[in-house]
Amino acid sequence: MSQQKAPVIELHGATKRFRSGAGLHTAVRDLNLTVAPGEFVAVVGPTGCGKSTTLSLVSGLEPPSAGTVRVHGEPVTGIPDGVGYMFQNDAVLPWRSVLDNVATGPRYRGLGKREAREKAREWVARVGLAGFEKYYPHQLSGGMRKRVALAQTLVNEPSILLMDEPFSALDVQTRSLMQDELLRLWSGSGAAVIFVTHDLEEALVLADRVVVMTAGPATVKGVFDVPLERPRDAEEVRLTPEFLDIYREVWESLREEVQITRERGTGRAA
Amino acid sequence: MPHDVKAPAAASTSAAPTPEEEARAVAQAKAAAVRRRLMINLMRIVLVAVWLGSWELAARNWIDPFYYSRPTAIWDRLVDWFSNGTSQGSIWEQISYTLREAVLGFVLGSLGGVVLGVVLGRSRFLSDVCAPFIKAANAIPRIILASLFVIWFGLGMESKVATAFVLVFFAVFFNAFQGAREVDRNLVNNARILGAGRWAVLRTVVVPSATSWILASLHSAFGFAIIGAVVGEYSGADKGLGLLINHAQGTFDAAGIYAGMIIITVLALLAEWLLTMLEGRLLRWRPPSAADSNPV
Repeated sequence: MSQQKAPVIELHGATKRFRSGAGLHTAVRDLNLTVAPGEFVAVVGPTGCGKSTTLSLVSGLEPPSAGTVRVHGEPVTGIPDGVGYMFQNDAVLPWRSVLDNVATGPRYRGLGKREAREKAREWVARVGLAGFEKYYPHQLSGGMRKRVALAQTLVNEPSILLMDEPFSALDVQTRSLMQDELLRLWSGSGAAVIFVTHDLEEALVLADRVVVMTAGPATVKGVFDVPLERPRDAEEVRLTPEFLDIYREVWESLREEVQITRERGTGRAA
Repeated sequence: MPHDVKAPAAASTSAAPTPEEEARAVAQAKAAAVRRRLMINLMRIVLVAVWLGSWELAARNWIDPFYYSRPTAIWDRLVDWFSNGTSQGSIWEQISYTLREAVLGFVLGSLGGVVLGVVLGRSRFLSDVCAPFIKAANAIPRIILASLFVIWFGLGMESKVATAFVLVFFAVFFNAFQGAREVDRNLVNNARILGAGRWAVLRTVVVPSATSWILASLHSAFGFAIIGAVVGEYSGADKGLGLLINHAQGTFDAAGIYAGMIIITVLALLAEWLLTMLEGRLLRWRPPSAADSNPV
């Protein structure tokens, strides 16, 4: 839909290898992917195929071994401006209150303590945690900690939002609640999103486009447009016939890769 | 008839307790906690009384108090020191001298240990370079350095501060090093994405997460500081509790040695109490451990 606009994220032939023991382990190979401004892209693939590595490349936390990674048209060296990253595991600072956790980003970016807290207070309220400003992370539930992490990331107003299975540790009800919450906060923000998940349903509920990855070493297997209208209701949209159609179509592609990963797993176990 | 009266009461407890019942239950739990605390303290007093009593009795009847002294003699010696002064002058002067040495050595040693520990803990290269030297330095029986420091710095305070410093430094260094090394990578990456530079990562992520490691080491470190100061005074000094104990040894005054020991123990306990308060303040963010939820 917005393919004409200059892409904010471009990966061309990106490959990432890690040293593992004596040999080399290829996490992703020859990856080609572009994301337009404001586009929500979900990346699905079998567990452990190297989806997260894609995000590390875009965020600049890891340099590619080969190929190019560009953000806002510039090659990535170090962490690019305007990138927000929500990690799979809790990354909130346990020794800071909810408010101060959300205020860390603005503080790092040179805002005074008062202004940073004011900004943080606004975002704490926006993710639905008003009244919990003074709580420490250990006093919150898993879902509430995710909300803190979400506010911590969004308070910097990123133009690119990277999310690495952020809701995978939550129970099913909390997860769909958080999906709704994410869609609400994202709509109108204009941010481009890459959302990594192994849950196809989650990918289809959220994204404009779904990228299916192969079993590791990961590369793009297929790209599917999601023809579902926005705004979406995370609970309701799953029940529509359009959803089931696209689900069947993408699952057809994903199933083979899951199968390969499974066989490798059982091969290793035997 | 009594049956009829009881039945509704039993039903109400099984459903939802009335405010009065709840208040009664709370009061009962409180009373039980108070009784338990009283009992624990009572048992402690009994234990001390039995121990001191049997010592006193043995010293009066069977063992030689010249070698082993006895509680009343030690008490008399403490009273004598605090009211008439010691052979080396006022007891308060000795205490403040030793305490100043220990505190100075403790502060300098822990600062040095924390700084070097965090720096080496965050730099793979530096820590690999320094690893063999640190191992060697840790293997040295450092208490011997006290003699060397007397030669270097003389009989004054400096040589004792140096001894306390060396002992404290290593205790704190290893914990700070470990603490800085075990920082969650996730937290560091998250901070970097949020916009933190190297220094901000160190200040807001590394140091706070190493704090619980460092604080744990400070407890034993103050003990080491006192040991360093007293042993330093032993090796040569003109003032201090170590000198007092050394003098008592020279005159076969067992009661004097015990009395000195008691004073040092009280100092160490006071320091421990202060450190626990500090720890409680700095680690407020931590979830309460199972031990904290015991009835006190």
